[in-house]
Amino acid sequence: MEITPDNQIFWEWRWVTLNATILYSWLVMAILVVGSWLGTRNLSVAPAPMSPWQNRLEMIVEQINIQIRDAVRQDPSQFLPFVGTLFLFIAVANLVTIFPVYESPAASLSTTTALALCVFVAVPYYGIKNIGLGNYLKHYLRPTPLMLPFNLISELSRILSLAIRLFGNIMSTGLLVAILVSIVPLFFPIVMRAFGILIGVIQAYVFAILAIVYIASGMRAQHQTQRPVNE
Amino acid sequence: MSNISLIGMVSIIMAGLTMAIGAIAPAIGEGLALANALRAIAQQPDQTNTITRTLFVGMAIIESTAIYCLVVSTILIFANPFWNYFTGQQAGGG
Repeated sequence: MEITPDNQIFWEWRWVTLNATILYSWLVMAILVVGSWLGTRNLSVAPAPMSPWQNRLEMIVEQINIQIRDAVRQDPSQFLPFVGTLFLFIAVANLVTIFPVYESPAASLSTTTALALCVFVAVPYYGIKNIGLGNYLKHYLRPTPLMLPFNLISELSRILSLAIRLFGNIMSTGLLVAILVSIVPLFFPIVMRAFGILIGVIQAYVFAILAIVYIASGMRAQHQTQRPVNE
Repeated sequence: MSNISLIGMVSIIMAGLTMAIGAIAPAIGEGLALANALRAIAQQPDQTNTITRTLFVGMAIIESTAIYCLVVSTILIFANPFWNYFTGQQAGGG
């Protein structure tokens, strides 16, 4: 029994291996890119009739915008590309598991670690961009300088838990379905697969929300000083 | 008892115990979180969206302790490093 799609190798040449994780990630990326390209070919504004695909894409973007605004209480436009991409990639990667041969690339620890490392880089990026290098470094010494090691550990451990959480949830669903197919092959695996898709979408949502919460916590200095001006 | 069978036995027993003990606390925690969220929704139905969102995020964080246990027991069963070490040693030495 395979516990991760890393072990399914389709093609190998010297040190280049093409395993299921990479292939299915490319598939998800192709779905996202081609879908968005087809949807945004003929954009139109209000008086002209709107194509159904433009309507759907606008709905998705608007919903993501609302969620980010609720989470950080400021203009979401600078976070939308990063957080929206994370959500859409994980959600589509898990939704495509409806098709039989496909396995979600999020069931591999390599994919989830890569996504978590993106968040690890994005936190100081948005922090330094918004509040400056000095203020960002100062937030490590926030309550007292004694807390410096704990702040550093929490910075690393939350990234680790972000990666392991997504991996564990998706991998356990795949494992559960694989075991059930060998015990009760007829009807029950379908129900568990549908349940797994629900879990996959919730985990995509949780991953994106946690990413935005971490990014917002790195910008907290600005948050406190600017709030009286904004509200 | 040989090293191999000892390692196999301890790994399987510990994999079961890891899940059994490790699932108790997150289950209690998630139950408490859900019960309190339902109570809050019953008192303030207008805030349902905010409460549900916070509940999902909080539950995912609580759940991660159970997921750690699952990952550890999966490693013990499917990718046990000690098992691989000793089977490799036996194949090489004997």
